[in-house]
Amino acid sequence: MQIRPILSTLGHHKLTVLLLTLQVAFTCAIVCNVVFMIANRVQRIGVPTGIAENELSVIHSKGIEKDANPLAQHAADLAALRGIRGVQSAVAVSYSLPLNQNESSRGICPSKQALDRAMQLNTIEGSGCMQPAEYDGTPGLIDTLGLHLVAGRDFLPDEYVSKGKPAVAIVTRALAQHLYPGKQALGQSMYDGDNYFRIVGVVDTLLRPDLSKPGVDGDSMIWPQLPDSAGVTYVLRSAPGDRQRVLQAAEAALFKVSPSRLIDTKQMQTYTEIRTAYFERDTTMIGLLIASALGLLFVTALGIAGLANFWVQQRTRSIGIRRAIGATRGDILHYFQTENFLIVTAGIVLGVLLAIALNLLLMTHYELPRLPLWYLPIGALVLWALGQLSVLSPALRAAQVPPVVATRSV
Amino acid sequence: MFGYYLDLARRSLKRTPILTGLMVLAIGLGIGASMTMLTVLHVMTDDPMPGRSAQLYTPHLDPLPLDYKQRGDSPDPADNFTWPDAMALLKAHKATRQAAMAGGSLLVRPTRAGLRPFDVDGRYTTADFFAMFGVPFERGQGWSAADDEARTHVVVLSETLDRKLFGGANGIGQMVRLGDNDFRVIGVVDDWSPKPMFYADPGLQHYSGADQFFLPLSAAVDLKLPTNGNQSGWVKGEAGISLTGAEMTWLQFWVQLDTPAQVAAYRQYLVDYSAQQKSLGRFQRPPTNARLYSLMGWLAHENLVPNDVRLQLWLALGFLFVCLVNIVALLLAKFLRRSGEISVRRALGARRRDIFVQLGIESALIGVAGGALGLAIAQLGLWSIRQRPDDYAKLAQMDASMLLGTLAMAIVASVLAGLLPAWRACRVAPALQLKGV
Repeated sequence: MQIRPILSTLGHHKLTVLLLTLQVAFTCAIVCNVVFMIANRVQRIGVPTGIAENELSVIHSKGIEKDANPLAQHAADLAALRGIRGVQSAVAVSYSLPLNQNESSRGICPSKQALDRAMQLNTIEGSGCMQPAEYDGTPGLIDTLGLHLVAGRDFLPDEYVSKGKPAVAIVTRALAQHLYPGKQALGQSMYDGDNYFRIVGVVDTLLRPDLSKPGVDGDSMIWPQLPDSAGVTYVLRSAPGDRQRVLQAAEAALFKVSPSRLIDTKQMQTYTEIRTAYFERDTTMIGLLIASALGLLFVTALGIAGLANFWVQQRTRSIGIRRAIGATRGDILHYFQTENFLIVTAGIVLGVLLAIALNLLLMTHYELPRLPLWYLPIGALVLWALGQLSVLSPALRAAQVPPVVATRSV
Repeated sequence: MFGYYLDLARRSLKRTPILTGLMVLAIGLGIGASMTMLTVLHVMTDDPMPGRSAQLYTPHLDPLPLDYKQRGDSPDPADNFTWPDAMALLKAHKATRQAAMAGGSLLVRPTRAGLRPFDVDGRYTTADFFAMFGVPFERGQGWSAADDEARTHVVVLSETLDRKLFGGANGIGQMVRLGDNDFRVIGVVDDWSPKPMFYADPGLQHYSGADQFFLPLSAAVDLKLPTNGNQSGWVKGEAGISLTGAEMTWLQFWVQLDTPAQVAAYRQYLVDYSAQQKSLGRFQRPPTNARLYSLMGWLAHENLVPNDVRLQLWLALGFLFVCLVNIVALLLAKFLRRSGEISVRRALGARRRDIFVQLGIESALIGVAGGALGLAIAQLGLWSIRQRPDDYAKLAQMDASMLLGTLAMAIVASVLAGLLPAWRACRVAPALQLKGV
């Protein structure tokens, strides 16, 4: 297949070819980055919480009776909740749960020296101290949530406190590695400026309620502290299909125990709903990104097809002449396919450069990571395939042009 | 000649239905996507108080210690006021009107049978609030500065809350139990919720909240009522969390300044006040850190538009750009194909300019069709945005200006796209083409 005749023909339509090249280039740049963004977001919404999400449901209650004893109230509520058919276990927490966006965190240091360093630097960064999310709860939290202990043990009944701070804590593996890199965290004592907390257990994963800072998403610690305010969140474990029924039964049971409380129906959720709500924005964004990538590819395909169609019509006479002097149908088909291949290649070369430039722009303004280079050849392949598919129909039509056209003068 | 060109354009477009369809589709998609995101941006950055925003300002002082390090994910304490600073500014009366305020959430225990207790959001503020922001009263009135001094337990309700508590009866003079205290209703305001709620604490939901009650700030502090904004303290211990302490910021402050001279004078007053506090040993940072933001300037500073929305806007505009490049190529092909017809017109006496106008009108016609399609797509897009649970979702509606803007943008875009092809087409030498016709 001779390239030079194709190039010289294209040279007669420099402007159109340039526009098509630009279109392919911009599509390549935008689609590469968009697909990368989609991959990022999909990874983000797939982050595991470490708890048995499909078996948990959550109900929040706020007591409004004055002078009520919250601890006694919670105990009575939990007894009633555990009596519901289908509830395998139930615990109470103050308000923090993974991905429910109510985070309580405190600065904690691996040793007094680290705390002194932090005070000197006037910031936690770089001192060895961390700011994990803290989770409290009634006995049985680890079993109800389905957490996996990799070292140590759960809390003992007499380690639970309601006023003041407990003496022990359970941390996640991530937090243990951040506080005591390379060392055994079990048995170490963390220091928060006033008290020491001995680590008695390490769980595998427990995500924070709010994932605002990358790198510390898994830094959590659990305290044996009983919730003692009027507002409390009950976590119920049951079979996945039972959860809606269990929630309705829970609301009724809680009102039966004591009617002077507020239960917001928006805060009666299965964990699936909590997760969906947390990642709603990302899910929508993924949908939009997919739609825009498909839309761009669609528009580019239409553009290539439309233009190729037009060129076929314009060159009907010259196709006929070529057929008359001996070109086969296959030759004509290959001619148009090669022409399209050349244009798309030029577009891809420019598009790859634009993709990298666009990625740099997005990195500065939207905190996107760097585009891995293997996205570019894949983008190129997709566009080549798209171009060939779009030009197929017009090229086949061109191949049908009969040689007799050359003899007509119309 | 316009009608003639229109006729020519219509015929030409009908002759190549597929190509025309392609172009209209491309413009429609591009314009639809762009206008959806532009509308969202427009409603999020719109002026919440048209007619008054030019006179409303919010001062900001810098009471933080020199060595205070702002953590990336924490709110900036200097966004709010401490109690002593707010009271000092209030008593100085340097502006036409001034008000300090903070948000609060209280439990309402209705006296009407059959109503369970429920939480409401509202504002603790001072007397000038209503006049300064032009809050419309349905019945009754706000409280006076004397009530602020005396910490009287009065409350102004929103119309919704009044109707919920008292049905159709007149709520003025009745007592309402908010939290653990009783308040006497002295006024009912029409449902008033400027979007965004510019006077609320930065960091709260700005587009979907509405204040249901207003009560005197002094009474709230006296009764230690719960607040629902950021309380940022920078010293350890009780002083760092005391509502009336000098080391915790939690209040918002707004003033009304009518003339530029007043604005300049107030700015100077803030600097003087900061210098005075520095000499007293309270402030540590330079007095020139004191700032006065206009309402729109404050909204820009708060940067309420989330990054995701901006990203979507740029994506839509990028899509529009690619669609336009597509249309330029298609129009070029279309116009150049009609060289024969154009040459005939030239030979009959049309100037280059006339051909240019004719082809421009053809592009504009495609723009009109594409704009109509784009409008439909944009309405669909906005509907899908309204289904989102986001704070700003319910606001995503097109008003008249955006509707006209859509059509205008479509026509302008397609005319621009058609400029290059039209120019190229009208430069074709007629003689060459005529020979081959």
